[in-house]
Amino acid sequence: MSEKNYPEGGERVGVYICHCGTNIAKVVDVEDVATWAGEQPNVAVSREYKFMCSSLGQDLIEEDIKEKGLTKIVVASCSPHMHEKTFRTACERGGLNPFMFEMANIREHDSWTTDDEVAATLKAKALTNAAIERVVHHQPLEQLPVEINPNTLVVGGGIAGISAALELADGGHHVYLVEREPSIGGHMAQLDKTFPTLDCSACILTPKMVDVDQHPNITLLTWSAVEKVDGYLGNFTINVRKKARYVNEEHCTGCGICIEKCPFKVVDDIFEAGLGERKVIYRPFPQAVPKYPVIDKENCAYFLRGKCKACQIFCPTEPNSIDFEQEDEILTFDVGNIILATGFDLFDVKQIPQYGYGRLANVFTSLEFERMVNAAGPTDGKIVLRDMESSPKSVAIVHCVGSRDENYHSYCSKVCCMYSLKFAHLVHERIPDADVYNCYIDMRTPGKGYEEFYNRLLEEETHFIRGKVAEVTDAARTPEEEGKLIVQVEDTLIGRQRRVPVDMVILSPAMEAKPDSKEVSQLFKMGCDFDGFFVERHPKLDPVATMTEGVYIAGACQGPKDVPDSVAQGAATAARVAGLINLGTVMMEPVRATISQDDCSGCKICNNMCPYNAIIFHEDRKVSEVITALCQGCGTCVAACPSGVISGAHFTNDQLFSQIEGILWDVRPEKVPA
Amino acid sequence: MTKQFEPVIVGFLCNWCSYRAADLAGTARIHYAPNMRPIRVMCSGRVDPQFVLKALREGADGVMIAGCHPGECHYVNGNIKALRRFILLKAMLRQLGVEEERVQLVWASASEGIILAEKVDKMTKAVRALGPLNWNEKVIGGGNGHKVVVAAPVAEEV
Repeated sequence: MSEKNYPEGGERVGVYICHCGTNIAKVVDVEDVATWAGEQPNVAVSREYKFMCSSLGQDLIEEDIKEKGLTKIVVASCSPHMHEKTFRTACERGGLNPFMFEMANIREHDSWTTDDEVAATLKAKALTNAAIERVVHHQPLEQLPVEINPNTLVVGGGIAGISAALELADGGHHVYLVEREPSIGGHMAQLDKTFPTLDCSACILTPKMVDVDQHPNITLLTWSAVEKVDGYLGNFTINVRKKARYVNEEHCTGCGICIEKCPFKVVDDIFEAGLGERKVIYRPFPQAVPKYPVIDKENCAYFLRGKCKACQIFCPTEPNSIDFEQEDEILTFDVGNIILATGFDLFDVKQIPQYGYGRLANVFTSLEFERMVNAAGPTDGKIVLRDMESSPKSVAIVHCVGSRDENYHSYCSKVCCMYSLKFAHLVHERIPDADVYNCYIDMRTPGKGYEEFYNRLLEEETHFIRGKVAEVTDAARTPEEEGKLIVQVEDTLIGRQRRVPVDMVILSPAMEAKPDSKEVSQLFKMGCDFDGFFVERHPKLDPVATMTEGVYIAGACQGPKDVPDSVAQGAATAARVAGLINLGTVMMEPVRATISQDDCSGCKICNNMCPYNAIIFHEDRKVSEVITALCQGCGTCVAACPSGVISGAHFTNDQLFSQIEGILWDVRPEKVPA
Repeated sequence: MTKQFEPVIVGFLCNWCSYRAADLAGTARIHYAPNMRPIRVMCSGRVDPQFVLKALREGADGVMIAGCHPGECHYVNGNIKALRRFILLKAMLRQLGVEEERVQLVWASASEGIILAEKVDKMTKAVRALGPLNWNEKVIGGGNGHKVVVAAPVAEEV
C-alpha cells in the first residue's frame, strides 16, 4: 500500500486493485499496478486486495474515505456491469456521493483475455490510469426520482399477454390489454391439443379468456392497435386506434343471429389458416372474447354495393346493434409500464418451392393440420386430404421447414419437434392403421415430460427418419409411387437416399417474428434483432426486461417459445411491473444531457439528433433545451453540438478527454502541440 | 531479432452492445490481442470525432469505434449517427494521410464476444503491419509526403 499527503482542497483519489482470487492476479501483476498507481498524481491511497467486492474489501474503501479524507475512488476489478453498484454504495456509506467513483475493468477486458503477463499488466495500468484521470473530473450527481403510474399497457392478447394481464389485474393493478385481432386468444386458441400432456388447448385457454373479459381491472381493447407511444418509464402516454367493428358493443348481446343470417362467406385465412370459411360478419371462433362480432368491411356487400344489411334487419336488439356509420376511435390513456407480447408468425412455406406447398394439394402446413384435427375446426376433427373426404393411409411430417437452415432462419424454432410428435400421435389416434413418418434433423425434446412423450411415440411405432427432406414430389418412378406424394430424404442413420410414398405431407415451419416487428420495436423504442425478435436486457439474468426502461417483453415476440415458457414470461413481466408499481417512485441514473442556456447558439442541430424528441427549441429565446425527463442519456447531441455547450452528465468531454489521456499514459508524446 | 512493434489501439465501446461483447469475450476466456484499450461510452453516437483525433494525437496507433448493429441500437439509431460521422471523419483522415485501417467502425452485439475479439485481432494485425502512427511527425510534420495544407473537406452526401 502507498499513501501520500496532498494539500487540503486537492483531489485525494483512492485506488483499489482487486486480485479476484487468482482471476486477475494470475496474469496481472497486481502489486506492481498498485505500487505504480500510488505514484500517479492525485492518488492518495493505493492498495491491492484479494476480493474487493467482499464486505471486507468494501470496508477498506469506506474506512479510507473516512480516515484519509479521500474524495474520489477507483476500483480496478471486474466489469462495471457486475459490481459498479456495489462500490457506489460503499462510497455512499463512506460519505461520498456515489458518482465520485470509477471502475476499471481489468478482468473481463484484460486478465481473462490473454496469458501474456507483461501485456496484461501494461493494459491494467492503462485502464487504471484512465479511471484515475477520469474520476478527478467526476461531479456529484443525484439520481432522478420518477413516479410510476400504476396502470399498465399489455400489447398482444395471446397466452403470454393474457398471463401478464391477469397476474397484474389479480394483484389489484389496472391493465389495458390491446389486441389487433377481433378476439384475444392468439395462436393457442387455434391449437387442438397441447404437448406433451395432450390437454385440449381451448379447454385450458378459454377460462383465462373469460377471466380477462370479466375482470374489473382489465380494459380490453380488441380490434385495436397502438399508434403512438410518448413518454418514459412511469409516465407513458399511449394512443390506440380502436377500429370500427360496425357493431355497437353497448347494445350487442352476442346472440350471433347476424352471423347466421349473413348471406356471404369468405375463406378464413387467419383463424382457420385458409382451410375453412367464415361469414362476412363474424366471430373468429365460438368462444371468442369479446363476444361481439365484427364486419369485414372489404367483403361486406353493404360496403361494396350499398345493399344487403341482412345483419341489421335481423338484429334482435333494441336499439339495433349494427352500426354501419361507426368510425375508428382514437383512445388516449396514461400508463407507467408497457408489456409487449406480440407473438409470432409462421414461416411462409411457399418460400421453399421444392416442398410443393400450394402446388401439391396434399401438402399441408402445421397450422392447417392443427385446425383440421381440432374438433371445432372445419372438418370437425377428421383428418382428411384436400378433397375434404378421403383419409390418408400414410402421412409424412417434415421438421425444420425454414428453421435450422442457413437459407432462411438459422435458429431452431424449439417447438416444432414436439408438435410434430403430437401430430404423429394424433394421426395414430384417429387413423390407427396409418403409417406416420417423422423426418427430422435432430430430435429436440428438452422439457418436462417431453422426452417421455418422444418415447411414447417410439412405442406407437412412428417411423423416424433422420435426415433433412430434399424434396416432396408427385413424379412417380415406380408403380407403388403412382398417385402418391414422394418424400425424397437422405436417411443419415442408414446412409441411404430414400423415397417415401405417402398420401399426406405436413410441413412444420419455423416460428418467425411478426413482419412488422421492426416498426413495433421503433414505436416502443427498444431493440429488435436481425431475425426481428425483440432483444432482452440480458439473455440470462434479465430475460423479460428490455434496454428501454419500463418496456418488457413476454412470449414468442422475444424468440420461439412454447406455451409454458410464454406463460412463465408473461407472469415474470407482471412481477417486474408490479414491483415498480409497489415502489411508487423509482430512482433513475442521472446520465442526462443539459444544454448551457447562456451559450447555446440556437443552431438546432441537436434537435433532430435526439431519438426521443427530448430537445425543444425555445423560439422566444432562440435556444434549445433538454427535457431531462425524456432524455435517455445516449450523448448523441453532446457529440453533435458544434459549440460544445451540451454536457452529458457522467460522460462529459472533460471526463472522456482525460480518460483518453490516461489510457495512453505510456505512449503519449512528451509535448503535445496545440 | 528486433522486438515486434505492438500498436496501441483505443476502443470506444458502446455500453449496451460492444462493451458487453467484450465482457462476454472475457467471461468465455476468448484470448485476443491485448492491444485494444477500451473506453466505455453510453452509445457509439456519443463518440465525438474529436475523441478519435485526440486519441491519435496522444499516441494511439489506431482507434476502434464499436457499436450495436444497425437497427439494434439501444437509443434507436445512435449507431447510424456514428456511421454518418465516421464517413466524414474518414474523408478527413484520408486527407491527413492517416491510413484507412487505423480508424475503424465495427458492429458487435452483446452476444458477439467472439466477433468482437476477432475484429480486435484483425485490426491489431493490420495496424501492426502499418507501423507506428507518429502523429506529430507523420501527420502534423508532413512526414508522410503529403503536403500539410488541409483543405476544407468537401461535404459528402451521406
